[in-house]
Amino acid sequence: MSGNRAAARRKQAVFRWVTIGLCLVFFALPLFGMLEFTTRGPGGTRSAQTWATLVDFGQVSAEYPALREGFLASIGLAVLTVAIMLALLVPTMTWVRLRLPGLSRTVEFICLLPLTVPAIVLVVGLTPVYAWVTYLLGESTLWLALAYVILVLPYAYRSLDAGLRSIDVKTLAEASRSLGAGWGTVMVRIVLPNLRTAVLSASFLSVALVLGEFTIANLFSRKNLQVAMYELGKSDAQISIAVGLAALVFGFLVLFAMSFVGGPRGTTSALVPRPRGRRKVSA
Amino acid sequence: MVPFFAYATVFLIIPTLVVVVGAFLSGGRPTLGNVRALTEPAVIAATQHSIILSAVTALAGAVIGGLLAYAVATAHVDSVLRRFVASLCGVLAQFGGVALAFAFLASFGASGFLTTWLAKAGVDAGPGLWLYEWDKGLMLVYLYFQIPLMLIVFLPAVEGLRPQWREATETLGGSTWVYWRRVAAPILFPSFVGATLLLFTNAFSAYATAAALVSQGSPLLPLAIGNTLTSEVILGQENIGKAMALEMVAVVAVAMTLYAVLDRRASKWLAP
Repeated sequence: MSGNRAAARRKQAVFRWVTIGLCLVFFALPLFGMLEFTTRGPGGTRSAQTWATLVDFGQVSAEYPALREGFLASIGLAVLTVAIMLALLVPTMTWVRLRLPGLSRTVEFICLLPLTVPAIVLVVGLTPVYAWVTYLLGESTLWLALAYVILVLPYAYRSLDAGLRSIDVKTLAEASRSLGAGWGTVMVRIVLPNLRTAVLSASFLSVALVLGEFTIANLFSRKNLQVAMYELGKSDAQISIAVGLAALVFGFLVLFAMSFVGGPRGTTSALVPRPRGRRKVSA
Repeated sequence: MVPFFAYATVFLIIPTLVVVVGAFLSGGRPTLGNVRALTEPAVIAATQHSIILSAVTALAGAVIGGLLAYAVATAHVDSVLRRFVASLCGVLAQFGGVALAFAFLASFGASGFLTTWLAKAGVDAGPGLWLYEWDKGLMLVYLYFQIPLMLIVFLPAVEGLRPQWREATETLGGSTWVYWRRVAAPILFPSFVGATLLLFTNAFSAYATAAALVSQGSPLLPLAIGNTLTSEVILGQENIGKAMALEMVAVVAVAMTLYAVLDRRASKWLAP
């Protein structure tokens, strides 16, 4: 029996490495293609010229003003989106837990609704809304953040919900209230610090999503990083592919780091689109 | 509380209503004309292409991604390999977009290294035009984000298979085949179908990758919708865009509802 089991385990290990190996090769080939393409020099030689240009921020801004503009816009969008998202979700979700548990289904429904509304559809519906936004606030690219908050809503909601689930908000709030804290103090000094991990992972996910957003920006003719990259791709393929690869690597590093921050199941749990949050696995 | 609902109303509920109501309006008057425009050959073709592309990549992605998920699940929970694969898949599945299209252009385009290699090996991959066709290149590129998504979605389900179930099967004299046929497969089936539906909606609503690859025509529904927004607006055209958007929401909503039902069923066995 034990011999059988050892053989089965060996077979399993072989299966694991073959499957993972094949898939990783499939994933790696196009990424390697990007690297290979960006390191092409004149006349079939290798050169790191493209990457040297990309790392030198001054040179990039001088030669590719659109890229600089898009990059700065994306950074601004990421910050603004995270700020609005946290300001909207954290107090609301805490308050629902404390005082209005009856509304939790409604809030969950609204937060997960964007999963069924594709970004392209959102663009169609947002056109008149953005006519007003442009009229009231001006034509800055930054106002795209208002739409991006909707895009990140499901992911942020799930991260924060998992965080709130793991602490006893009610007891914490009552304890601090009985010691004389106002609601503002409770939010900022009690709830937020306890939600640190959840807030971090919600923010990271939002940043990564915003940096990768293309659909809405492109169709509203605003220039963020992805749109700049896309347009640059028509004239200077090497630099735009280098930017694309850099963006992918950056996204990977963010997620990889997050998988160590948010406990063993941080990466997957926040990303998995689960309508019900109770399929937790006891491994 | 109030800010949240106000915000959701302005940026989520109103846009949805704009699409739903706008689909039945033309020049301020109610009409079924926009919906009727959905039966135009071009729109029907776009819908068909979108559905076929999504269905094929969802099925293939689900099978390959499912195998990958099982392979990853046999590794230790906290191992670096697992974190590495999960993070890589997260990036490819969620944040790829334009960058993925570029990756394939760099590898399979006319001067891409794979095309060159294949040519050296005697395989003529053609001038690289196949990459821009919805039923060849796009399928390959879509698989590139569908397989990772399957891993992310399906991994929790595979992890939920408890070793005790296998041991129980063995104690009762069942072989590995019996275990898979009678125990694991029925437990995983709802999750698998649910995940496949999710992959379908994901491919169905994807815009960025296709937009970056396809520069001429609009063979897919999202591209067709995007076109009605950007091209010089022919009168009434934007409401046809809304009708197409509504069609998309309808398809996605059906798939997601089924997904929710299946997910509830799946959590019966896989819940702690």
